Amino acid sequence: MGRMNGLVLSLGALGFGILYLPIIIMIIFSFNAGKLVSVWSGASLKWYAGLLESDQLLSAFGTSLLIALWAATIATIFGICIAVAFVRFGNFRSRLALSAIASAPLVMPEIVTGLSMLLLFISMESLFGWPSGRGVDTIIIAHATFGMCFAAVVIQARLRDFDMAIEEAAADLGATQPFIFLSITLPVIAPAVVAAWLLAFTLSFDDLVIASFVSGPGSSTLPIVIFSKVRLGVTPEINALATVMIVVVAVAVIGASWAIRRRLSGRDQNQ
Amino acid sequence: MVRGMGKYLVNLPAVTGRRLVIALPLIWLAVFFFLPLVETLQVSFTSPRRGIPPYEPLWGIGDDGFFTNFTTGNYALLLQYWSDYFGPAFNSIKLAFFSTLVCLLFAYPMAWWIARSNEKWRTILLVLVMLPFWTSSLLRIYALIGLLNPNGFINAAGLWLGLIDAPIQMMQTDFSIYMGMVLTYLPLMILPLYAVMVRLDADLLDAAADLGGSGIQIFRTIILPLTLPGIIAGSLLVFIPAVGEFVIPALLGGPDQLMMGKVLWTEFFRNRDWPVASAIAMLLLAILTVPIIYARYQDGRDAAAETPNPKQAEAG
Repeated sequence: MGRMNGLVLSLGALGFGILYLPIIIMIIFSFNAGKLVSVWSGASLKWYAGLLESDQLLSAFGTSLLIALWAATIATIFGICIAVAFVRFGNFRSRLALSAIASAPLVMPEIVTGLSMLLLFISMESLFGWPSGRGVDTIIIAHATFGMCFAAVVIQARLRDFDMAIEEAAADLGATQPFIFLSITLPVIAPAVVAAWLLAFTLSFDDLVIASFVSGPGSSTLPIVIFSKVRLGVTPEINALATVMIVVVAVAVIGASWAIRRRLSGRDQNQ
Repeated sequence: MVRGMGKYLVNLPAVTGRRLVIALPLIWLAVFFFLPLVETLQVSFTSPRRGIPPYEPLWGIGDDGFFTNFTTGNYALLLQYWSDYFGPAFNSIKLAFFSTLVCLLFAYPMAWWIARSNEKWRTILLVLVMLPFWTSSLLRIYALIGLLNPNGFINAAGLWLGLIDAPIQMMQTDFSIYMGMVLTYLPLMILPLYAVMVRLDADLLDAAADLGGSGIQIFRTIILPLTLPGIIAGSLLVFIPAVGEFVIPALLGGPDQLMMGKVLWTEFFRNRDWPVASAIAMLLLAILTVPIIYARYQDGRDAAAETPNPKQAEAG
């Protein structure tokens, strides 16, 4: 099978190349003094300095951060509820309804979700006067809505592996359900809860399409500002911004996987 | 596991608590996910007007009592200007289909490579696959523009090396769309493939090779059938969002690469024709109904077939 391994390796390497070449080139040229992503005209940090002076980008970053923090937190709380209901409650009456409505947002095209959310907010406003206009609050609601479905998937997987006998033993010994959940279940599923929160945060922070529909004046998120800048043409500050964001994510992801590996190998040694 | 054990433990506050745990997300999703879709369906049957909101109410109670303004005009419009709306619809399906194939072409060997690596390399390669997944797809598309532009990196490098005489037009073509799709969706194809390949028994392949099976024979009779669930799962994960994709055709495509997401966006934001935009949304959902239901059916089957194995769950 030597011949096939060569083919596998070269196609695989090409695949990683497609994933990483654009990012690597962009990172290199974010330090370029010139505007083009092709002609090197000397090293410079001026686009990074420009980034710090761009009030528009900084305030959009703040808006996105605020929205993502709230949306991820709401999404995680509701995601825990959905996961617990599915894994622990057996066959309750509304199970089918909840499972359909909690999995549909996972596959719904963003553009349909965004449009329909906006239409709902508008008709709610004309009926009850809430939400008055669109802004940070409507984006948080929209992001929490699809975020909780992704969070539920992540938490469910972990909850399924967890031995229910421990909870049953606690109940036999007279512990109340809320106490069992807080003192036994939650600590065990904590890594999945953190992962779910991070996933919901990332989905919110990166979302352009849904936020474009449900945002209002003064609530432009970072992707909305980036998108409008990119549409206008070459904007080297975006290279610098993208480099900063990618480096932060890379450090976080590599750090997290290193920590998980260390914990796993530590567990193996204990056994 | 003793099912129904919970019955013995239930007390009154627990029942209310359980109801609350189910009701909270159910009500939230009914209000903020299901109701909006119903509202979109309603708006797709209204007629546009100047004003806020830019459509007539579908029904209501006015001076003369209950009235309705039901019209199928928006759908008639989609049919009348067939090539403006169904053209992009077919184009979306075509681009999404071939994007799925291209993703599969790269993801299959990548997943195989990861699954057959030793533990250390497997972790490194998996992190390399997951890393783009956690970074903004908008920024990755932007990075791709820097590569493909007429004055971008590839053209500059090609001219400098003397491989080309004049810049090649790569932006605003099907090629740039496929590159964007691969960049965005490749990790979604790799992960389910990896999940089935890592469970594939290596002894099976060795046995087949010992018995004289050729590489192609082994692939066709053992590897392909055993990895088929991963192929199906990954293809659905790529195809469904790719059909409704907006950012990629908007930033990488030209006037010829119209896709439904972009047409909907234009109708909504530029033409401010919300009823037609809603009708396009319904058309998009109608197109995606079959693959979405198939994906749910596959999910259900996988869940039923899954044998509990804590070690595999830990690795996944």
